[in-house]
Amino acid sequence: MALQAIAFYLLATVTIGSGLAVVSVRNPVHSVLFLILTFFSAAGLFLLLGAEFLAMLLVVVYVGAVAVLFLFVVMMLDVDFGALKQGFARYAPVGALVGGILAIEMIIVATAVARGGAASGVREPMSALDGLSNTETIGRVLYTDYVYFFQAAGLVLLVAMIGAIVLTLRHKPGVRRQVISDQVARTAESGMRTVQIKPGEGMGE
Amino acid sequence: MTIGLSHYLAVAAILFTIGVFGIFVNRKNVIVILMSIELILLAVNINFVAFSAYLHDVVGQIFAMFVLTVAAAEAAVGLAILVTFFRNRGGIAVDDAAVMKG
Repeated sequence: MALQAIAFYLLATVTIGSGLAVVSVRNPVHSVLFLILTFFSAAGLFLLLGAEFLAMLLVVVYVGAVAVLFLFVVMMLDVDFGALKQGFARYAPVGALVGGILAIEMIIVATAVARGGAASGVREPMSALDGLSNTETIGRVLYTDYVYFFQAAGLVLLVAMIGAIVLTLRHKPGVRRQVISDQVARTAESGMRTVQIKPGEGMGE
Repeated sequence: MTIGLSHYLAVAAILFTIGVFGIFVNRKNVIVILMSIELILLAVNINFVAFSAYLHDVVGQIFAMFVLTVAAAEAAVGLAILVTFFRNRGGIAVDDAAVMKG
């Protein structure tokens, strides 16, 4: 039990510390790297809670896809990030004030819910039910009761993918592409012409 | 020394606050704002998973999965808009985005 507590405090400290670093470091590449660290330690927290499948999903989806996407965009855009950091000192006090009040309120509510809410009597997080692993439990519920929601989630991803492609695709003028329909529609008359050339003059074009 | 539900909820609350703080202080930098939104969604996911574990109900984890899906879609579309904005304006300062007003 003590080992679990040590792991929790370590992971929570790393999560919060790197989360703070995400919003406060000057270089956005470092910011993305701290974001990856945040996700990684949050995945560790999920493991402590017994949600192995979501922990692995967090590593695969966030660290493997979203954070790398952020890294690509940050490195691709050639922006002077020093100028973008201008308002930091000006907004930091009011941001810290609002954030502090928000955090205190939310922690008070969370403590009240944990003490007197529906989960107040539970001492231990969910362990594997009836010999089923966490992944198997999720699969049994997801593919039966929530199958339409699962399909809708797939649709959301499809629409997002099409939207991202439509937004970023651009046709450069002057690039010669293969147009299959033009090639097929070509006839001998349109593709060839006969030119009469007098001797010693060459083509006049 | 035992770790209860309130510990996880406190971590999620602090992470959520950091996300809101990040949106406050980095008002000019869209990339950091998008990362702050990711932090906020991660905090929500920690809440879902913590309640799911302590209520012994797996549905919370399924909803967290849907939140993950929407977060990934949001990041993809947001970054695509950012790239298009950068191409059109030559910069990513959010103040310039006001020119989109009709």
